[in-house]
Amino acid sequence: MTTLTLYDAVGAALTEEMRRDHSVLVFGEGIATKRHDLVQEFGARRVRNTPLAEGIIAGTAVGAAGTGLRPVIDLLFAPFLCYAMDELVNSAGKLRYMSGGQFSFPLVTLAMTGAGWGVGAQHNHNNEAWFVHSPGLKVVMPSNPADAKGLLKAAIRDDNPVLFFLDIGLLYQPGEVPTGEQTVPLGKAAVLRAGSDVTLVSYGKTVHHCLQAADTLAGKGIAAEVIDLRSLKPLDEAAILASVAKTGRLVVVHEANRLCGVGAEIAALVAEEAFTSLKAPVVRLGGPDAPVASSYPLEQAFVPQAEAIAAAAERLCCYQHA
Amino acid sequence: MNPAHHETDPRQLLQQMLLIRAYEEAIVAGSGTGKIPGTCTSVGQEAAAVGVVNALGADDLILTNHRSAGHLLARGADPGRLLAEVMGRSDGYCRGHSGSLHISVKELGIVLTSTIVGAELSLAPGVALSQTMLDRPGIVVCFFGDGAACEGSFHESLNLAALWNLPILYVCENNQWQAFVHRREATSREHISDWAASYGIPARTVDGNDVSAVFAAAQEAAAQVRESGRPYLLETWTYRTRGHFEPDDQAYVDPAEREAWLARDPIAMCRDRLIADGHLTPAQSAAMADKVASRIAVAQAFAEASPFPDVSELTRDVYA
Repeated sequence: MTTLTLYDAVGAALTEEMRRDHSVLVFGEGIATKRHDLVQEFGARRVRNTPLAEGIIAGTAVGAAGTGLRPVIDLLFAPFLCYAMDELVNSAGKLRYMSGGQFSFPLVTLAMTGAGWGVGAQHNHNNEAWFVHSPGLKVVMPSNPADAKGLLKAAIRDDNPVLFFLDIGLLYQPGEVPTGEQTVPLGKAAVLRAGSDVTLVSYGKTVHHCLQAADTLAGKGIAAEVIDLRSLKPLDEAAILASVAKTGRLVVVHEANRLCGVGAEIAALVAEEAFTSLKAPVVRLGGPDAPVASSYPLEQAFVPQAEAIAAAAERLCCYQHA
Repeated sequence: MNPAHHETDPRQLLQQMLLIRAYEEAIVAGSGTGKIPGTCTSVGQEAAAVGVVNALGADDLILTNHRSAGHLLARGADPGRLLAEVMGRSDGYCRGHSGSLHISVKELGIVLTSTIVGAELSLAPGVALSQTMLDRPGIVVCFFGDGAACEGSFHESLNLAALWNLPILYVCENNQWQAFVHRREATSREHISDWAASYGIPARTVDGNDVSAVFAAAQEAAAQVRESGRPYLLETWTYRTRGHFEPDDQAYVDPAEREAWLARDPIAMCRDRLIADGHLTPAQSAAMADKVASRIAVAQAFAEASPFPDVSELTRDVYA
């Protein structure tokens, strides 16, 4: 084990995968400047700065991935993905299918988002559900440095385009990371805390809020199970359903706006597949249908906090059918 | 094959243009009766496609777009499998998942075809990056229209290709029409080639209806890309004689403009010159047309006999 921030865990994964596979290259907005150690080890051909033009960065990555390279691109902030939507959604996500399987697109797109820096709605927009809704793409969002490293290594080795969201609020928080070869498979959730009364499902920074809530709930005699999804697509449906079968109660928590968010899909999944297990309605906690404000208290108010999660879970545990 | 210097019999170029025209006309006829879905035909633009594709080597990779039949057939694609794809049949090059608009044929080096206007331009630098970083021979040829040149991806692509020294031959088929809008309503300059200069990219406009001129210009352009490892932009000045999509009554087209271009039909021009120069007799010309017609009839029969994909194919090839 070694202690790394999530940002450095990303760097470690890039280094290891570039050593392992010469077809891996990284390019994006300032990546050669900010991760100069990669330039020193792998050279300017494999580590490139780009113009601030997300469309051509993503298009170039899709073209390269479709013809033999394994690019990782850094588009900085998730709202900037809007400039790359055609390339990611229409090209990376569809050209394998539309060509009858002639091409594959092993490509990873890095983008930061989330509360923490007060950067406002054009740098902070948890738009991950857009990509979950787009066929052909995989989507991950780690909550800690160890998963960031393991998931990124797996994403680079995956033959599909992967959207890799980095939570701004977690970026410089240190965490224990296993040394050496360790991948975290895409599509596999982690049960971070076992419990039998209520299931708390989340990803990104709100996983930590769920863990805090679970502590609070434990003090009240409620045993909460906390699941970190890690991957949003593929979604570990089995892990969610197994937990709900045990607890009969579910709170889904994410920073992204609630409307048509990942939580809606999970609530629908549980309604369809685990209806008879449910002892109470599913609760979703997420951001409002509003852009994120820059002002610190407003930015924080956007994000479901531990108190609200604990209160929702407690209400579910007291729920009685009319 | 030594791509920069191979000789091509002009009669073969004529034969390819006739094949493309017959293929497109079969689709037009079929779409009129509902037998074949409508497509974006390349009628009138045959010389632009044939002249460029024949100047390429087997290792070169091609990106094309929704108006692709000329590029595909000139590259040697089987018209039967193309028609099967257009008709959504399982023997199509993309197993019926593409239809007419985004046909890729990887085995012929026609890769990542997208119908999104300008997407071919966004993808081309990455394909060229693969060629150079994986030390593969072969340049990248990117066909797009004057409409795509108005997309931001055109400008981003040229900037990056110039900056990163990418071996891309950009070929703008300026067919005067951007869907239902004349290029004069949409572009600030007369020629797309004018824009290349601002990126330091050499460029030239050639008569796109003269197959020999296109072929010569493309050979020169491709040789320059090969030699320099840098981009070049060739604009083929041509005309889309049919509508944007079948069916299209073209009521928005100035009849005088269309008549003037029809008088410069690339196939008639090539055939008349070959006959005048003594390289072709009228009888040989007629035999050529017959041969092409029977090839298309066979292709159409093949496509019609090909089964539709099984519904189990609905979610095949979404993920690798």
